[in-house]
Amino acid sequence: MQKYSVFNLIKNAFTAHKNWEVAWKDPTPKSQYDVVIIGGGGHGLATAFYLAKEHKITNVAIIEKGWIGGGNVGRNTTIIRSNYMHDENALFSEFGMNLWRDMSQELNFNVMFSPRGIINLAHSDAQMNVYSRRGNSMRLNGIDAILLGREEVKKIIPMADFSENVRFPIFGGLMQPSAGTARHDAVAWGYARQADSMGVDIIQNCEVTGFDVVGGKIKGIRTSKGNIKTNKVGLCVAGSTSILAEKLNMTLPIETHLLQACVSEPIKPILPNVVTFGAGHFYCSQSDKGEMVMGGDLDGYNSYAQRGNLPTLQHVLTEGIAMFPFLSKLKMLRTWGGIMDMSMDGSPIIDKTHIEGLYLNCGWCYGGFKATPASGWTFAHTIAKDRVHELNSGYSLNRFHTGHLIDEKGLGTKTWIS
Amino acid sequence: MLHIKCPYCGMRSQNEFAYGGDASVKRPELNKEISDSEWDNFVYLRKSLRGKHLEFWHHISGCRQWFKVQRDTATHEIFKTLKPNEDI
Repeated sequence: MQKYSVFNLIKNAFTAHKNWEVAWKDPTPKSQYDVVIIGGGGHGLATAFYLAKEHKITNVAIIEKGWIGGGNVGRNTTIIRSNYMHDENALFSEFGMNLWRDMSQELNFNVMFSPRGIINLAHSDAQMNVYSRRGNSMRLNGIDAILLGREEVKKIIPMADFSENVRFPIFGGLMQPSAGTARHDAVAWGYARQADSMGVDIIQNCEVTGFDVVGGKIKGIRTSKGNIKTNKVGLCVAGSTSILAEKLNMTLPIETHLLQACVSEPIKPILPNVVTFGAGHFYCSQSDKGEMVMGGDLDGYNSYAQRGNLPTLQHVLTEGIAMFPFLSKLKMLRTWGGIMDMSMDGSPIIDKTHIEGLYLNCGWCYGGFKATPASGWTFAHTIAKDRVHELNSGYSLNRFHTGHLIDEKGLGTKTWIS
Repeated sequence: MLHIKCPYCGMRSQNEFAYGGDASVKRPELNKEISDSEWDNFVYLRKSLRGKHLEFWHHISGCRQWFKVQRDTATHEIFKTLKPNEDI
């Protein structure tokens, strides 16, 4: 594989950049693979990469219905964090933070990881207590957390509404300084390029139409480009999980819902961190191009539409203006939506299933992007060794049966309001 | 913006309603011995259909009645609305 470096950049300048190798090939599927990953999003591509790198399993195919990185890895608000209270989520996410820090070097692709910090704003004494508890839990798990008072928050984001008579005054906030953002497309492309170079076949525009299960074991998949024999299949299809589960006669603790995001016109640098509104559901950061990147609530009813509805966007931006009044002066540049695999406790599932050789990776709710490397790493381990890793042992499918829920928000099973 | 026909009030905009989830899920009968897996099915497991989906809505800023809606989850087309005790 041709390395991306200053040296190669100069070298290729002499030939007007016409001789660069393709970043990944466009192979026709073989009739047999050791492992087939369904879903060419961030998690699927990362899984294939770690299967090849950590477990030396390279006879692997990624089957993608559309194009790689066309789903949620290209539709999120790029936030990376590990500010969780529960051990399962905190340790898993912090393991991921370490992978994020080295990702650009490891993939030889600049993912523009920017650890600019995240601040969750608090708007009452009670919320400050909750945040101090969460911050302490984080610190016990080795994650950086700082509880900020009102004046400290004001120094960092003076443009927030600190006036006297606001409905939701800012009492302070919980900051994770090591959190940040990354360029989401580069993450998909970086994993794809490295996986391809190690022998993984990335097969795009190929729809999975069925599964061959014999005697409780997976034997192959049927696709729009022919049948493929394999003894191991990993499902990494986010919002489409329930559609494929139906083909396997499985009913899962998941509902698919639509989440919107939007960006404003670009402006000069004003917001140095990621900031979330504590009295509702709104989060905001500023991209390197200067756009304000914003998101919030789900559309609120089951949806596979991949595009959103105006009332939710109005509601979310109303919260945004309550937090940052200057947003009201900005024009919206783009809005878009992605379909989320909302699990019943708000935490993901990375596990084996009752079908031998079928592995499940789903339930990412709002937090799929930041989990990309840790999800790929642990899922690759689960597939290669046929057993879960310590890091994803809590993300089991049967926790809904045994009662070991990881209910970070404690909001119950109404996924559309969580 | 969805336009939903409340069976009691007629056509209204989405802003007046709250969602109530899959209406095909049946609560296990009261005063009956219930297995753990029956309870799982009711509390956690959902078909999450792509296409026609029967769901509850609540006319929360109107008559405050619950009712059922049959809607396409991919196109958001609404085929039918029913009172809670009616079946398709």
